[in-house]
Amino acid sequence: MPMTNNLDPAQRFTKTEFVVRKERIQSITKVLFAVMAISMIIPLLLIIGYLFYHALPSLSWEFLVEVPKKGMRDGGIWPAFVGTLYLVVISLAIAAPVGVFAAVYLNEYAKDNWFNRIIHLAVINLAGVPSIVHALFGLGAFVYAAEFGYSILSAALTLAIMTLPVIIASTREALASVPMPFREACWNVGASRWQTIRAVVVPNSISGILTGIILQVSRAAGETAPVMFTGAVFYKAVERGELFPYQLNEQCMALSMHLYTVATQVPNVKESIPYATAVVLLCSVLLVNAGAIALRVWLRNHKKW
Amino acid sequence: MAAEQKQNSIQTRNLNLWYGEFQALKSVSVDVKNGLITALIGPSGCGKTTLLRCFNRINERFPYVRTQGEIVILGKNIYDPDVSLIELRKSVGMVFQRPNPIPISVYENVLFGLRIHHRLGHFKKAYLEEIVEKSLTEVGLWKDLRDRLKVKATTLQLEQQQKLCIARLLPLKPEIILMDEPCSALDVEGTRSIEDLMYKLRGRYTIVIVTHNMAQARRVSDECIFMLLGEKIEHSRTEDLFLKPQNPKTGEYIEGRYG
Repeated sequence: MPMTNNLDPAQRFTKTEFVVRKERIQSITKVLFAVMAISMIIPLLLIIGYLFYHALPSLSWEFLVEVPKKGMRDGGIWPAFVGTLYLVVISLAIAAPVGVFAAVYLNEYAKDNWFNRIIHLAVINLAGVPSIVHALFGLGAFVYAAEFGYSILSAALTLAIMTLPVIIASTREALASVPMPFREACWNVGASRWQTIRAVVVPNSISGILTGIILQVSRAAGETAPVMFTGAVFYKAVERGELFPYQLNEQCMALSMHLYTVATQVPNVKESIPYATAVVLLCSVLLVNAGAIALRVWLRNHKKW
Repeated sequence: MAAEQKQNSIQTRNLNLWYGEFQALKSVSVDVKNGLITALIGPSGCGKTTLLRCFNRINERFPYVRTQGEIVILGKNIYDPDVSLIELRKSVGMVFQRPNPIPISVYENVLFGLRIHHRLGHFKKAYLEEIVEKSLTEVGLWKDLRDRLKVKATTLQLEQQQKLCIARLLPLKPEIILMDEPCSALDVEGTRSIEDLMYKLRGRYTIVIVTHNMAQARRVSDECIFMLLGEKIEHSRTEDLFLKPQNPKTGEYIEGRYG
C-alpha cells in the first residue's frame, strides 16, 4: 500500500508551534469577548446605583402616592405615575391587537408578491422613524385633523403608532420561528389556515409575541416627545392616591414629561426629587420586564393547549 | 502489535459512548485497514454515524456525550493528553451528508484548510494555484471548473459541491477520509461519479463510508462492518459479508428481513 510517511506514531497529532499560536490567539479573543459581555452589566449597575444614591432622601411610599406641591418643589408624583399608566395601557391596548393581527396576516396568509413586500418595507421604515417625527404626526393627525384635541386619547394613539411597527416585526419573528413541519403536520390532517394558526402557530410562539409587546411598554413609558406634543401637561390637579383621575379627552401628566420639567424647567427643586422620579420610572419598567420574563417561563412550563 | 498497527489505520478497543443516559456504542472493537474502503452498514440508530464521528472526535462538541475506551488512529491513541484536535482533524477529514461548501469562491474553498493552518503569506501564489489545480484534478472537477474558479461554491450543482468538499480536504494531505452518507443528497449520476471518485482515491487514502444503501456498500467497499443497536456484529470482506454472512442477524439484514 502506498500509504504515507513513516512518522513515529507517538509524534502524531501533537501540537505544532503554529497550533500553539492559534490556541493562544483563541484564548485571548475568548477572554476579550467575555470581558465585553460582562462589561455590559457595569453601566446598568452604575446607573441604578447612582440614581438610587441620589434619590434616597425622597424615596418613600408617600412620594409615590402624594401629589406635587409648592409648584413641583415638594410632594410626590402620583398624577404623573397614573398618567403614564393610562398612556401605556391604552396605547398597548390599541397597538398590540393591531400589530399581532397584522403580523399574523403577513407571516401566515400573505403571498410573497410586490404588494406584501411593500407592506413589509413600510413596517421596517416606520420602525426607524424618530419619535419626534411621530410626535409631530400625532399632533397633526389626532390633535388637529381628528379633533381629539390635546388629550390622553391623542397621546395614546401617537404612542400606539410609534410602537406598532416594532410589535409587528417582533411578532413576525416569533411566528417565523415556529418550524414549518408543525404547520405541515396540521395542514395534512385537513386543518384550515386559521385552525393551524390557532392550534399550532400561536401557542408555540406566544412567549415570543408577548415579549415583543411587553418590551414596548418601556418605550411607551419612556418617550417624552410624543406625549409632550399631544397630551401631557406640566401640571394637573389630582386627588392624592386617586385611581381614575383622568377622562380620555383630558390632558394628563406623565412621568417622562414630569422628569423633564422638574429637572430643567423648575428652579430650586429639592435635589433628590428628579432622581426619585427617575427611580420610579425605571423601577416600573423593570418590574414590567421582570413580569414578562416570569410570564414567559410560566407559559413555557405550562403549555397545555 | 506494531506490525498490526501499521496495517490498520483505525483501531478501537471496547469503545462505549453515551448520549446522556442512552448508550449508542457498546464495547465496539474494530480494525480498519490501511488504504481500503470500509463501509459501515446497519439499520437506522445502530450507531454507525456515531462511530464514524468518534474517529475525529467531532462528537465531543456536545456536552452530554460521554466516551470510554480506546481509539488508536495511525498508531496513536487519540485520547492521549498531547493530542491536538486541530492536528487530528487535519489528518482525518470528513465529508458530510449534505454538501457543505463554505459560501466563498471555489478557489478559496480548496485553499481554506491550507490557509487556516499557516500564517498569512506563507505560500507563493503560483504554489497555491498549483495546489488548486492538483486537488480539483484529483476529484475530477478541474475540467469543468477551471474557468469558474471565482464562482461562489454554493452556486454549483450538488454533485460538484460534494466533490469540492472532498477536494477541500486534499491540500491538508489527510490520511483518512470519513464519509457520512456522501451520496444521499445526490441523484443517480451524482452518486455514480462520487463512487468513481472514491475508487480513484482508494489506496492513497483510507476511506470509511457510512451508508444506508446496501447496494452501494457492495459496489464501493473492500470491507464491511455490520452494526446493530450499538454493537459490531460482523466485520469481513464485502463479498464474504454479502455472500457468506457468519452471523444470522447479518444474513437477515442483507436479505432485507428488517432494517
